[in-house]
Amino acid sequence: MAEFKVINKPIRKKDAMSLVTGKPVYTDDIAPSDCLIVKVLRSPHAHAVIEAIDTNTALKVPGIEAIYTYKDVPAKRFTLAGQTYPEPSPYDRLILDNRLRYVGDAVAIVAGDNHRAVDKALKLIKVKYTVLEPVLDLRAAKDNRILVHPEEDWQALCPVGADNRRNLCAADKSEYGEVDRVMSECDVIIENTYHTKSNQQAMMETFRTYTTLDPYGRLHVISSTQIVFHLRRILANALDIPKSRIRVSKPRIGGGFGAKQTSVAEIYPAFVTLKTGKPAKMIYTREESQTASTPRHEMELTVRVGAMKDGTIRGLDLYTLSNTGAYGEHGPTTVGLSGHKSISLYNNNLEAYRFHYDVVYTNVQSAGAYRGYGATQGIFAMESAISELASKLNMDAVAIREKNMVREGQAMPAYYNEYNTSCTLDSCMKKAGEMFDWYNKPYARDMGNGKIRSKGVAMAMQSSGISNVDVGSATIKLNDEGFYALSIAAADMGTGCDTILAQIAAECLECEVEDIIIFGADTDSSPYDSGSYASSTTYITGKAVEKACMELKEKLCRIAAVLLDCQAEELIFTGKKIRKADGSTEVSLMDIASKSMSGNSEATQVTVTNSSPVSPPPHMVGMVEIEVDMETGSIELLDYVAVVDCGTVINTNLARVQTEGGLAQGIGMALYEEVSYSKKGQIRENSFMQYKIPTRMDLCSLRVEFESSYEQSGPFGAKSIGEVVINTPPPAIAHAVYNATGVWHRELPITPEKVLMGIGKI
Amino acid sequence: MLTISQYVRAESIQQAYELNQKRSNAVLGGMHWLKLQKRNVGTAIDLSDLGLDTIEETEDSFLIGAMVTLRQLELQRELNDISNNALSESVRQIVGVQFRNMATVGGSIFGRYGFSDVLTVFLALDAQVELYNRGVISLEEFSKLPYDRDLLLNLIVKKVNRKTVYLSQRNTKTDFPVLTCAVCKTDGKYRFVIGARPKRAVCFYDELGILENGITEASAAELGNYISSQVETGSNMRGSEEYRRILAGVLTKRALLQMKEM
Amino acid sequence: MQIKLWINNKAVIKEAEADLLLIDLLRNNGCYSVKRGCETGNCGLCTVFVDEKPVLSCSTLAARVNGKKVTTLEGLQREAEDFGTYIAEQGAEQCGFCNPGFIMNAIAMFREKQNPSDEEIKEYLAGNLCRCSGYEGQLRGIRAYLEYQQSKAAKAELAAQNISEVI
Repeated sequence: MAEFKVINKPIRKKDAMSLVTGKPVYTDDIAPSDCLIVKVLRSPHAHAVIEAIDTNTALKVPGIEAIYTYKDVPAKRFTLAGQTYPEPSPYDRLILDNRLRYVGDAVAIVAGDNHRAVDKALKLIKVKYTVLEPVLDLRAAKDNRILVHPEEDWQALCPVGADNRRNLCAADKSEYGEVDRVMSECDVIIENTYHTKSNQQAMMETFRTYTTLDPYGRLHVISSTQIVFHLRRILANALDIPKSRIRVSKPRIGGGFGAKQTSVAEIYPAFVTLKTGKPAKMIYTREESQTASTPRHEMELTVRVGAMKDGTIRGLDLYTLSNTGAYGEHGPTTVGLSGHKSISLYNNNLEAYRFHYDVVYTNVQSAGAYRGYGATQGIFAMESAISELASKLNMDAVAIREKNMVREGQAMPAYYNEYNTSCTLDSCMKKAGEMFDWYNKPYARDMGNGKIRSKGVAMAMQSSGISNVDVGSATIKLNDEGFYALSIAAADMGTGCDTILAQIAAECLECEVEDIIIFGADTDSSPYDSGSYASSTTYITGKAVEKACMELKEKLCRIAAVLLDCQAEELIFTGKKIRKADGSTEVSLMDIASKSMSGNSEATQVTVTNSSPVSPPPHMVGMVEIEVDMETGSIELLDYVAVVDCGTVINTNLARVQTEGGLAQGIGMALYEEVSYSKKGQIRENSFMQYKIPTRMDLCSLRVEFESSYEQSGPFGAKSIGEVVINTPPPAIAHAVYNATGVWHRELPITPEKVLMGIGKI
Repeated sequence: MLTISQYVRAESIQQAYELNQKRSNAVLGGMHWLKLQKRNVGTAIDLSDLGLDTIEETEDSFLIGAMVTLRQLELQRELNDISNNALSESVRQIVGVQFRNMATVGGSIFGRYGFSDVLTVFLALDAQVELYNRGVISLEEFSKLPYDRDLLLNLIVKKVNRKTVYLSQRNTKTDFPVLTCAVCKTDGKYRFVIGARPKRAVCFYDELGILENGITEASAAELGNYISSQVETGSNMRGSEEYRRILAGVLTKRALLQMKEM
Repeated sequence: MQIKLWINNKAVIKEAEADLLLIDLLRNNGCYSVKRGCETGNCGLCTVFVDEKPVLSCSTLAARVNGKKVTTLEGLQREAEDFGTYIAEQGAEQCGFCNPGFIMNAIAMFREKQNPSDEEIKEYLAGNLCRCSGYEGQLRGIRAYLEYQQSKAAKAELAAQNISEVI
């Protein structure tokens, strides 16, 4: 690996000290104190039509500014999904609709001077509902007589196989090779169905937005969002106003994990400000975040693996049934990853595959984007099936993976036929095995106290941005005294991308990270960026930064050439100075900066936009050791080893904490995080009292290492890391539970009661 | 959402008691539970100034004020010494330090919540409650009473020679328990308490004399089976009736085996 | 009702409704470090000190702190910086939203326990959720901070010994 000066180092995050000292940098800390308080009256029914709605009494509550119902909003459908236009997610929403599609769907918007008045008014709105029978089970949704979206103006912009008359948000089938023939030639077929529930992103800062009109009468939306530009379009669509009338900017964000790739809260205060001309804010409660947002898609996945006795995996067949809930946010796209990222892991000997899916509408909370974005569900199913295969063949679970895993240089038919240009999955496995001592640890060991200790393994891959779609841009500008300003519209949501992108810039410009100030994200002034999602920022926007800096260096050399009275080609950029190659003369960056402000016609600013025709996958291996209490079913984590190939690690600290954080979320998903519904369609886990995310006592030591490949198309060889890290815990833990108990758990979460039930004690 | 019209810091126990006779009024404990309720409270009655926040040791007992926090219980050396740390063990997994700095013994006991670790452990210790109106009665009796407007002042734990073990099963480390179990041996007599069934904790005794010849692997298992066969359990989000029944037996057995080592 | 309290050592007299929560009183008084992450007392983000004890301000009535001393991270900037540096050095602050509550409770722990074990640290801070899960990085930061404090204390002791020997 090349020697780096600034990257591949544990550089402190630029905002770190503000965050640890509790400075007011988040949306609700900076919202004006005179904002109207906006709240939403929510449907108590999973499926209903509003027969009559009376707001007269509620409007009389002192302090109430306005109450809006479906009669007041534009009759123009849109999607809240933050995706590049034309969005694959159907246009199936109104700001307020007279048909309510899940418990929590918006019935009315109330705006008032203070919380008390708004709360009181919410209680006084009289609604007469015609309650309809809901469709709650994803298995029963397709072609059900009950339609979630019977409306005529429902619209799918992209050919995703959607059909609202069949409760289908998307459907597709893709095939490579002759799957049935290959399967018929196989010695062993493993076929199982897996079920993953919805999971909450559960970022600590709930959804929140404030809105004002700026001095030009434009709507300024300040929001905790990952997607400022998409948000501008979503709001323009929803409010039916030109995009030129909207400005979106983001302050610090208290976590996103994909949740804020959907415009969950923004439409409400935006609508209020537009109507009243007054500043307004919407702060989601935790209960709203748990019940009226867009968590992970519930999926049921049927995997068929065809293999030979020696463990050669020749054919894969996957059917995914995904539940998008009441609306289609990210429904058509998340499902794709359940196949693309799971099938491609076993590319080495693969002769044929089939991937087939349906995404259905039901009357439950809409699903959306959550770290892993469908790959998590697909990889749980695939990795579990492969471990089952290994067990059936009496083969080691690591050995079967080594035999079949994707290798560098291979074309991946299930991955849009992309070549795997950088892959150290094999060395990740080797390293993980050494760290974990895989071969010296038995699959299961009776500890003699009613507990059994066991091990499990899983692999994962993800992507780095969406190929040919995601766009990242960077503007780099030389300022007075020779410092640089970097403008971006990627969203640092705690990931540290502001710092990571500044590191890339500093590496290029041969300066310190402190010499780069960073600004963003603001639709009025930042260069276009699709936003921070799909593991795109380091790879896509990072490359834009690199290219922009390279161009800026050339420009600076041209100014230096004027000052030194020579040709730019004769000059070498050395960070603080530009000098002639022969060493005869030089000029400082400070002088160039001064020159740029006097008698200069060469812009000291460059904007570069970058998109990639490929999306090189990061890879990883996870190995877990657990202890199962055979009398209570409790699972105690003892050790987790993770080895990641994210290409060049830009910031060694941040890559490590990303990995640790992803593992923790994956562990929560594997063991206890669950969204379940009552018969009426109400979510039971509507708070942190009922929806349990891991505390620091629930985790074991997480040992993380990196085996970096070098990705030529990425900035300094980097790929992505944000999402891949969540994918291994569910299958690795399920594997370990099997090794301890002899039972495969094909539904998440694997709770103590299920473990005990599995071993026949219940 | 909880609303409160008036806040009163009671100046005497009698004043607190009188204010509490009105149905719309409420006594403030740690306020965790009250705050979760969708309720309009007329007057919130704060007992903070009534000196009920101390643990007093007398010759033959400990007097634990209703306003003593769970964190105080956790850290109080003497109380834990006489309970083999069962008190500390019973509360240390309740959410976090900040939560336990607020949650009160009185709130936990008066509420007689099904999920209560605190009710379970004090039942095992055969505690008594001192109520303003009813006077001193056993916690076991109190635990069966319906809610009324009386005022809980103190919890009394007798200083006697006993061994205590507290165990709980939780789906995550700081979650509500799926089942709680406390076993206490006083003067050769055992008392078994099973809580979070999910209903209120209940007491059992070795009525068949299974432990007459001491605790062995076999007698502990048999006693566990006995409890399992006697306890009435139910289902909720955290576990089924059947799972809880099994846990009741397993935890009882384990508590006994742990006690054997003391 | 009127209440008087000390917020970060400054006397404050406020008109407070009976059900005003301490978190809202504090945020209304410019203590924006105090965050609300849930409404059920489960996340620890709203941790402040009342008379030096860490409590959840989202579940505390403002009326109940009448006459008491309340401390938020705004009042502990030096400690926040000292300790926070060690968290920042690990990148463990991540999104930062849980940091104030976590750092408040960590400060409470440092005041209460001289040399906590990893298990004690985890248990003391269990009520501080972090969804980015900086848990491991935070633990590394806490250990490094404690080591630094101990080496500082050891040095001070050594220096004191040297002085006493000289004298």
